[in-house]
Formats: sequence, C-alpha cells, structure tokens
Amino acid sequence: MKFFEEIVVGERMELGAHTFTASSIKAFARDFDPQPFHLDEAEAARSIYGALIASGWHTAAVWMRLMVDHQRREDDGLRERGEPVAALGPSPGFRELKWLKPVYAGDTISYSTEVVDTRPSTSRPRWGLMTIRNSGVNQKGEPVISFVSVVFVERRTGAA
Amino acid sequence: MSVSKLFWEDFYQGRVFEHGPRRLPREEMIAFAAEFDPQPMHLDEAAARATMMGGLCASGWYLCCIVMRMIVDAFAHDAASMGSPGVDEVKWLIPVRPDDQVRLRATVIETRASGSRPDMGFVRFAFELFNAEGVRAMTLSSSMMMARRNARYPAGGESETKVAR
Repeated sequence: MKFFEEIVVGERMELGAHTFTASSIKAFARDFDPQPFHLDEAEAARSIYGALIASGWHTAAVWMRLMVDHQRREDDGLRERGEPVAALGPSPGFRELKWLKPVYAGDTISYSTEVVDTRPSTSRPRWGLMTIRNSGVNQKGEPVISFVSVVFVERRTGAA
Repeated sequence: MSVSKLFWEDFYQGRVFEHGPRRLPREEMIAFAAEFDPQPMHLDEAAARATMMGGLCASGWYLCCIVMRMIVDAFAHDAASMGSPGVDEVKWLIPVRPDDQVRLRATVIETRASGSRPDMGFVRFAFELFNAEGVRAMTLSSSMMMARRNARYPAGGESETKVAR
C-alpha cells in the first residue's frame, strides 16, 4: 500500500477477474446463504432467476480477495524499488451495495476500484481514511455489483 | 421442499426476529479469511497483535456472511424470499474475536409493494449483530424481496405457491 498522502482521488485500480463455478457457488451457499436459487439448479430454474446464481455475498467477498491480492502485488513492487510500504488498516464499513444483475454459474466477473475521497482520521492521527467505489462487470460488460467502502491507510507523517 | 409460510404480507413494520447465539469457531473464521480476506489481522494471532485491531479478529465480510446465514436460519428459510437488491449500509463497530458468540436481531423498518411486479414486495430491515456481552458489533441495513401471497411466480424454488395455514 502507498501512504495516505500519495493516494490520488480518481485513481483507478484493475483488480482482476474471477469465474464463478457452479460448485463454488453451491459450496459458498451451503455455508452462508442456503437459499434454493444458490444451492440447486433445478430449484433455481423455477425461481425468478431462471438458473443457479451466486450469493451476492460471494460476489462481494471475491472483490475483497482480489483487492488483497492487488495490494500484495503493489507492496512487492514498492519493496523491489526499496520504497517503504504503508499499512492498510481495517474498514469501518461500506454503503450503497447494489447487486445489479445476477451472477450465474460460469460468469466471469472483472473487478475494479476507484478512489473517490481521502481525509485524515480525526481520532487516529497515524491514519487517513480512503473512500473507494468498487465494482464488478460480467463477461458481457454488464455491471453486476457496486458499492462504496472506506478503509484506514497509514499516513507517512505517522510512520515510525 | 416445504411450502413457504412467510410472505411479504407477514413482514410488518416493527416486527422483530431474533436468532442465536451462534459461536464463530476460530477455524471457520480463519478458513474464510484464507479464502477471501487474507490479511494478517484475520489470519495470524501474532501478526494481528501488531495491527490496529490488537489481535486476531473476524473479516467484516465473514460477519456479513454470518449475518446472512443467521437471516436464513431465523426466518428466510421459511419465507418466500426472492433475494435482495442490495445493502444500504454496513458498519463494523467493534472487533469480533475467534469463538465469540453472536446474536442477531432483525427489525422490519418498512415495507412497500413493488411498482413493477404485483407478485412481490420489498421489506427493509435493520439487522444488528451483538456479541456475548450484548455489545453491538455490527449493523446492516438492507432490503429483501418477498413474494406476495397472491404470487404466480414461486419464490424459493417452490413449484407452486400456496397460502399456508
């Protein structure tokens, strides 16, 4: 992670893509979202969705994984150049999560993130808060998920 | 597959559903993090101690998934759920630790019929997740789509929709 001071509003990150297989959709749903349209092809065919779809939480959790992987690659690049790496803190939450279209078995979702705001934390001087808009589009270019989240990023001035 | 018992009409403003306690096992918490949120604060006790969280804590996305599971177990398994268009807001208020016991409270905030689909309606909920001490650890506000009693389309995979009871 870059330090808070170096983050530019408007900066966009391409996080990569993930294909949702029927078996991964069902395995996730068995643990966390056991509704018929996430569990069983035949029952899903009779639902409003017409076919097996991924839990929206599955689609969101995969964004997190790709974001962590992206940050790791960025950190590796910083270390290779001998630059310091800022800590990425936790998140106080997110808002405006929209599941815009169903994610069907076999769909490949490409995720991206754009910085929409930065502000220093008032309560934690070592940290700033980065607001990001996150989205995923399917192989047809249709948006399937969008949300706005906030995360703590270490400030350079606060670095040890 | 049983016939749904709860339809849109059964979710009225102020109705409360409660569920739990549910233990969040350390292994499950870490396994989720390894797959979806592999950050030190969610994976490794020693590394987590050096972070803002001060020790190993659940991924917020794991908590969202646990809330979802508790929603299903509390009422959605028995309801004509047709999914959700999204989530207005989630706040992660305090860290949730391995083996914590959590409880869910779901309060119906408002309901409205769908303008475009006479067979369904929306139910807006405030979900609150509490830890074993009764401290609120997370809030989630979200709408769910529910079939109406007169629905022609089955929700939850029913091949026919009946008015139960």
